[in-house]
Order: sequence, then structure tokens, then C-alpha cells
Amino acid sequence: MSVTIEQVRHIANLARIHLSDEQAETLLPELNNILGWVEQLGEVDTDGVEPLATVIDQQMRLREDVINAIPETAGNRRDDVLSNAPEAQHGFFAVPKVIE
Amino acid sequence: MSDILDLTIAQLRDGFRKGDFSATEIATRYNEAVDASDALNAYLEKTPELALEAAKAADEAKAKASDSLKPLSGIPLGMKDLFATEGVTTSAGSKMLGNFKPPYESTVSANLKAAGAGMLGKLNMDEFAMGSSNETCAHGPVISPWRREGSNAAITPGGSSGGSAAAVAARIAPGATGTDTGGSIRQPAAFTGIAGIKPTYGRCSRWGIVSFASSLDQAGPMARTVRDCAIMLEAMAGFDPKDSTSIDAPVPQWEKGLSSDLKGKRVGIPREYRIDGTPAEIDALWEQGVEWLRDAGAEPVEISLPHTKYALPTYYIIAPAEASSNLARYDGVRYGLREKVEGGGLHDMYKATRSEGFGDEVKRRIMIGTYVLSAGFYDAYFTKAQKVRALIKQDFRKAFEQCDMILTPTAPSAAFGLGEKSDDPIAMYLNDVFAVPASLAGLPAMSVPGGVDKDGLPLGLHLIGNEMDEQSVLNAGLAIEERAPSIELPGKWW
Amino acid sequence: MSDYRIKGQKGSYEVVIGLEVHAQVTSQAKLFSGAATAFGAEPNTQVSLVDAAMPGMLPVPNRECIRQAVRTGMAIDAQINKWSRFDRKNYFYADLPQGYQISQLYHPLVGEGEIEVAPDEKNPDATKTIGVERIHVEQDAGKLMHDQHPTMSYVDLNRCGVALMEIVSKPDMRSPAEAGAYLRKLRSILRYVGSCDGNMEEGSMRADVNVSVRLPGEELGTRTETKNVNSVRFVMQVIEHEAKRQVKAIESGEGVQQETRLFDVAKGVTRPLRSKEDAHDYRYFPDPDLLPLELDDAFLAECRESLPELPDAKLKRYEDLGITPYNAAVLTAEVETANWFDRLLDAGAEAKAASNWANSVLPGILNAKEIDFSDARNTPEASAAILKMVDDGDISKGQAKEVMELYLDEGGSPADIVEKHGMKQTSDTGAIEAEVDKVLAANADKVEQYKGGKQALFGFFVGQTMKAMRGQANPQVVNQILRAKLDG
Repeated sequence: MSVTIEQVRHIANLARIHLSDEQAETLLPELNNILGWVEQLGEVDTDGVEPLATVIDQQMRLREDVINAIPETAGNRRDDVLSNAPEAQHGFFAVPKVIE
Repeated sequence: MSDILDLTIAQLRDGFRKGDFSATEIATRYNEAVDASDALNAYLEKTPELALEAAKAADEAKAKASDSLKPLSGIPLGMKDLFATEGVTTSAGSKMLGNFKPPYESTVSANLKAAGAGMLGKLNMDEFAMGSSNETCAHGPVISPWRREGSNAAITPGGSSGGSAAAVAARIAPGATGTDTGGSIRQPAAFTGIAGIKPTYGRCSRWGIVSFASSLDQAGPMARTVRDCAIMLEAMAGFDPKDSTSIDAPVPQWEKGLSSDLKGKRVGIPREYRIDGTPAEIDALWEQGVEWLRDAGAEPVEISLPHTKYALPTYYIIAPAEASSNLARYDGVRYGLREKVEGGGLHDMYKATRSEGFGDEVKRRIMIGTYVLSAGFYDAYFTKAQKVRALIKQDFRKAFEQCDMILTPTAPSAAFGLGEKSDDPIAMYLNDVFAVPASLAGLPAMSVPGGVDKDGLPLGLHLIGNEMDEQSVLNAGLAIEERAPSIELPGKWW
Repeated sequence: MSDYRIKGQKGSYEVVIGLEVHAQVTSQAKLFSGAATAFGAEPNTQVSLVDAAMPGMLPVPNRECIRQAVRTGMAIDAQINKWSRFDRKNYFYADLPQGYQISQLYHPLVGEGEIEVAPDEKNPDATKTIGVERIHVEQDAGKLMHDQHPTMSYVDLNRCGVALMEIVSKPDMRSPAEAGAYLRKLRSILRYVGSCDGNMEEGSMRADVNVSVRLPGEELGTRTETKNVNSVRFVMQVIEHEAKRQVKAIESGEGVQQETRLFDVAKGVTRPLRSKEDAHDYRYFPDPDLLPLELDDAFLAECRESLPELPDAKLKRYEDLGITPYNAAVLTAEVETANWFDRLLDAGAEAKAASNWANSVLPGILNAKEIDFSDARNTPEASAAILKMVDDGDISKGQAKEVMELYLDEGGSPADIVEKHGMKQTSDTGAIEAEVDKVLAANADKVEQYKGGKQALFGFFVGQTMKAMRGQANPQVVNQILRAKLDG
């Protein structure tokens, strides 16, 4: 499978990355090289193989329903949450106006 | 008395306890050395006050009662910039997070702090840990303290934990944290002649480590000796209820368990790791490594890991896919860079921010990752890669029925010059060809110095252990360390 | 079957409806972080570093959220998947800090189930079964506010990360009435189970409404999805409006676009979403920060054992007690009413009398006094005591209403009220007979007339006796004695 320049632009848009025409042209062969290279996986017979999503062989733990049980993952820290915001106003994050 | 900078973590710890020097002397000596190291570009942020603060606490504890000392009391360490450190800029080597001061501390760095360690500063790295040469960093590459014999050309310390590796090799940190997604501890350790271990996936909490590829990322120590790695790893590892992928098991006493007597152990030599085009000196070192382990009492056995060849392409589907999603949070809304577009809306801001904030390699991987997850390609790429990953894990499972550890080279070459491979992504990716399979299988793996190449640059040997069996890896590493010629440290040129 | 049709020039169109209901799971803390879920807090105060998607933050699931979704699944007889998994749904939006929503696409927690609904409230026995495709658990997003600033939108992440159940119906509904009945029934079940408070005003329950139209016998038409509709009435309006709009669009040749729409409450119309996500490609994949969710038998057993009696079972039980289907349906619709009524029965009230009281008499009293049904004074025990006094003949049915009114005003107990106001009626035959004798003696002329055939005078004697006894005689006993003396 070979990627087209339109696909490069589409993917960039999905990933919210702006590409100039020049950057798109540069990326095109790079992506095709990499994709061509990873396509060698097609040689591997994977019939009946379950996809492996995690290497951890243990059950997922569930935490108890307790508010602010662990300080590091607790709420009530608005100042911390907003401390790195490029723009915060009146306790909110502010972003360019969104029209729904 | 020898220079504090020449001592290992174990020697510093013991010397401090004996009263040979104070913790403040250690911290001060290191702070000076760090200050004089700008030419290496290893430290992005220096925190001499934090190193001194911990030292002062250690000295006071010692004055009160020496049994109130903690395992790493008196030891200052370098911290890879991927670990969130409270109040100290954590950029992950990216322009995107250039001013990010976390209001929180990663579990691993908090564990080290709780064990008494001080922090010398934040160490440079490939942007978001994506790179094998430290050239993708937004703050300029780290320069290795090593140089080829008779050359002043700048050499890469490897990546992505290049700042950590360079700092330990250059004696501007006795030890440093690293992270390893597909070789990012082991390859730079090999390139700079130090030791580094990536433990079993899940041993170290990922909480507070800027994510690259969640199913692969794992923290580990980088230090001058195997013993130092064991000491650091004991402090770093441990169950963390804040990380769903953290292993709920006690942390073994790895330092106490160190033994280079490998009698009764079988060391697997995977035939698939003999790859055409590998330099003869790498193969020769590997042979030598087998002999050293035999000498330590181990029995070499040939094993097969049939899907080795497919590990790297598998990795270059799974890691970018996870990264494309993990890096979606960098959108200019809540922290980090924001690029506004005059008259533009939210989506314009996203695009401008992400184009400006991410470097080329990060963008390339986000693009690959987005593509392999997109409609119509998901099964062909991502699901396929997950299936091959299952086969790779199964290969190791079978192999460990025949052996206790596996020996391979760490990297297919010694360190290369800056700029030598940066034009060819795939050539760069091939650096991790030996390191990646253990990452995909979540296994503990370590690089220890084995010798030097024809140019006098360090080469590493790579040990892979079974799940949860860091001890075998450390012990085999120790056996090699005891037998390998000691590598002359680079003369200080910076 | 519904005969709801939209008339066009080419024929009568059938409307096909599916609902995706997002129900906020009742829990103290969020799905993957320890921040609180309570409604109405100051902006960004119930936000943890995890919810704000700070670098390196990781999710750890809340057991209670999983438990509530499982119990909900059990309540609709659904398949519970002992092995499920969380996936990431990737898209960019300012209310979605991670750049992905943790949801479940490939392996949801709950599989197929069904809900029986009665579209015609007057006829609760005419039911239709609506299939549920699945229930999965996912994170809610934050909230954007557009009116605070001329050029900026404000982001509040308090809701971000709160657990939602997405309950996806099959496209089994054919009319606004069916959709309304489905939503009401679903809400009722959720509230019985206690897995969602069903508060649509606060956004605890909202529906994405999928509508398409077709001529009978044709393939399914192109559907539109109207997002985030937050009341039963609005959902019904959306369906009606969309169906008519689509028929018009088809017949004009313009056709129906598969698209996401918004409901404009003020105008009562739907319109296409302006900020369109470019061709949805959510790139779902298993969340690598989480492990598969595996439920053991003990967990499932606890979920099942903790389920209360559900509306359908309760309705059937009430009907078996002789309560009319309509009354039983009214009594079981709201869990609070049903629980109140069960307590009334537990206190010994006879079912039919209790049903009549709870459905007809009591609401009138409460309405007149503008007292809420849930008012603390309105205890089932008080009603039970009043009904028992009626049953024992201590007070008349007419007095029962009066006792309740006085009780609500004055407090105490109904027995105190009766005592205090001297309302207790007597069935003492001797006392009544003595009064009857006096009345008959004092009205000998009328007795003659009665015996001469003027039967209507019977009521006069009853009245006189009751008056003499200040209304406290048991009318039945008075009747009996009078009959014996006059007709005997």
C-alpha cells in the first residue's frame, strides 16, 4: 500500500498538524518508506493468533469509590490545574471561541 | 583520597556512612562538575539547591543517628527530563513543554527522593523519548563525552536517554534515571560505556512519566556499575496504585542478591540475532561475552527466537500508534505551548500549536501512528502488529524453558557521529534492532560495557531475563563486568 | 404495533428510531480519578491532574462505576461480559483534555438486553419490547461556555471524567410515543437500580436520537443523529421534526444527509452541527494504560443480589393483589412512589383500598395543600393508620380524608387527630339503639307516614340519629337498627 499526498494531508489534519506543501512533499516518501518497511509483517502467519495489547499478566485492579482517596489524583486543586494554562480566566481555561 | 566524582554510588554511600566525606561535600562536588559541563548539553535544568537540600537532610540524619539514614542518603542523581518533577521545568525535550512546571512529582522520582536521593538537575533527551541519537531534542543534542581516537568530531551518546548516559559517563552524575521504550536506556548505556537496566514492564510506575508508548515505556537506572543499577532500581521500583499497569509484587533485594557465580545457569544465544552486516567486532565481542559467562559457570545454549526479524517493524507500528494518541493532549489548551492564529478558531490553534511545538521526528511518528490506526488500515497494520507481538512474546516464553538468560549485543554498532544517520529514519531505527524484542515482550534487559571498538568507542553486551527475573540479568551483568577489560573513561575535554 | 406515519406525496412514511442514552453513573468519585462528581461546583474545582490530562497521568478504574453498569445490565436481562476492555476514541475538542475519550467499542461490558415499554399510558398492558444493543462505560467530557467572553470560549472540566453508561437501543422504535415510553421506562429502571439519578435537567441523562424514515417495505433510510437531547418531551419533538423534515427532503429530491444535528430548544427545530468533525475517524484502539476488565463470579453475584424488585415485577405483583393495571403502572413508575406504596402495604393496608387511596384520594389532598409527595409528613405509616381506622369502622371514608388533612396541618398521629377532634365513630349498638328509639318516639307522625309507604323518609331518620350522635355513629349500624325497627 502506498500513501498519496492527499492521504498525507488527511492524516495530518486528523492529527491536527499543519503541513506546508513542501513539508507534505518531504513526508510523503518518508512515510512510504517506513510503511513499506513495516509491511514485511505480511510475511508472518498470524492465523488464529490473539492480538497482544498488554504484556501484563494480572487482572486489572479496581479502586474503591472514595473521593480524593489519593492526594495525587484528587480534585480540589484548581490553582494547580490552571497553573500552566496559556490563558486562564475566572477559573476557566480560555480558548478561541468555538461555534457549535 | 580519590575524587568523589570517581566513586560509584555504592562507594559514595559507604564512604558517607563511614564518615569519609559528608553528603554536602558530595553534592557540592557534583554541583561544581555539573556547572562546568555545559559543552555536553546534558543538563537542561540544574537544581543544585535540591541536591544540597537532600545532602543537608542526609548529614543531619547521620548526625542524629546513623540508622535513620535511607538507602540513597547522600547520593545526588540526574533525572531524565521525561520524569515530572514538582516545580522544576519538565519539557520532555520538547518545545511543546518548554515552560511546563508540573505541580506534581512522578512516582519514580518521588521514590528516589523518599530513599534520600538528591536531584542534580534534569537531563536532556530526544524529544518525547523518540530518537536514538539525541538529535531530535528541541534544546540541541547532547554531546557524548566520548570521542573517536584521534578525532574531535562530536559523537552521539545515543538516545533517547542520551543526557542520562552522557552525564554518568562524564562523571557529572553518579547515576541517572532513564526510560526505555525500545532501547532508550540500553543503547545509550552501550554507547557511553556504562550500565543500564530496563526492568520488567510494570516494575516501575509510569505515573508522572511523560508518556511515549504506554504498553512499552519503562523506567530504569543508568549508572557506572551493575551494583549501582541494582541499588537505584530497588529505590525506583514498587507497586503504585495510581498506575493500572503497575505490578503488584514486592521489590526484591537485588543488591543483596548479586552474585557472579553462574553455576547451573544456562545462557541462551539466539541464532536470529546474527544479522548480516553486523560489524565483525560486534560479533567478536558477543563471542567473548559467551566465554565470560561460561567462565562464570554458565552453560551456553543455542536458542531460537524465530520472529526476531519482525520485532522492529512491529515496534514501529505499535509505538507510533500509541504515541499518536498519547501526544494528542498537547493542544495548547491547558499547559505548554499555545500558538494563536490571528482570527483563527480552535482548530487553527491546535494545528499551529502542534506544528510549532513538535519536531520533525515526533511529527513523523504521530503521522505513522495516526495512519496505522485510521479507518481501513487498523487491522492490516495495528492488529497485525499486535499479533506478531504475541508471537514474539511466545518466542521468549519458549526460549526461557531452555535457558535462564539471553545474551546478545546491545546495538549493531558503536556510537556514531552526530548528523551521520539523521537523514535516514530507518537506518536510525535499526539501532534498536537488538533492544526492541525484549521491550515488546516486557522483559527485563540490561546493557553492560563489554569493550571498545577500533576507534576506542565503547560497546555493550545485552542480557535479557525472564519476566520478573531482574536478578539473573544483574548477576550475569556482574559476571561480565568482572571479566571485561575496564573501559578507560574519556578524558575531560569539555 | 405503531401506526404512526408521516404523510408525504408518495405515501405514508414509517419512522425508524434508535436512542443512545448517556446516563451518568451514580458514584462519589470519577471513573478514572478520585475527584468528586457532585453537580454544581465552582468551575474546575472537581478536577484532578488525571482529569486535566497532565503529562504522565494515568487512569485507574472505579469499582462502583463498573458495578452499577453491571447491575443496570442485569436489570434489563442483558448479557454481562465477564471480559471487557476499554478503548480510546481519538478526537480533538476543547472539552476533551486527553485528546481521546476512554470508552468501550470492541468489547463492551454489557451486551444485548431488552426493555418492555407501554407506549400508551392509558393502556399499560399493551406493551412492546425494545431491544438494547449494548451498554458500555465511558468518560464524560468537560463543558464549554460560549457566552462569557466576546472572542473566547471557557472550559470547565468538572464533568470531565465522570462515568457514563452509554445505553444503545436497537432501532426498534417507530413513533415519538414509543421513544418517550422507552426513555421513561429506562429512566425508571435506572432509578430503581440506583445506577443513575435520572435527573435530565442536570444532564444526568441525555439522549442522542437517531431517526430515519422509509416507505413501508423499503430498506432503512439514511439516518441523522441529533445529539444531547435532555428531556423526554424534546426527544419526542426531535423525532417528529426530523421525520417531517426528512420526508420533505426525500420528496424534494434533495435527500437526507447522514449527519450530526443539534436541537434548538427555543425554535423546536434541529439544525446541522456547524463545527463538523472532519469525516469521523476515531481511530479506536485498546487503551494501553489499562488492562482488560475481568469480573469474577463473586462480583457478579453481589451485583445480582443487590438488585431491588424491578418495575415490571412490582407491577405484576400489584396486579396480582387486585390493583388495576393503570393504578399499578402509576404506582410503579417512580421508584419513590413504589417504595412508599410497599411500605403502606407492609404496614397492613389492604391492597385495593391502599391503591385507591394512593392514586385518587391522597394526591388530591396533597395537591390542595401544595405538599410534595416526598414531604416528610406524608408517611405511608400515617396513611396505613387512617386506612386501618376506616377498615375497623372507627371513622368513615369521608372522615379519612378529613383526618389526613388535619394530620398534615397539625402533626401528631392520625389516632391523636381522631381523638382530639372527637371523630371516632361508635358502633355501640346499645347507644345507637337508645338514640334511634328517641328519634322514632319524637317523630311518631313521620314513622306513620313511612310505614304508609313514604320510603324516602328513611334518610331523614338516619340523619336525625347521626345528628343526635354528633356524626360519630357508624352509619352501617344506624341503618341496620333503623331497618329492624321500621321494617321489622
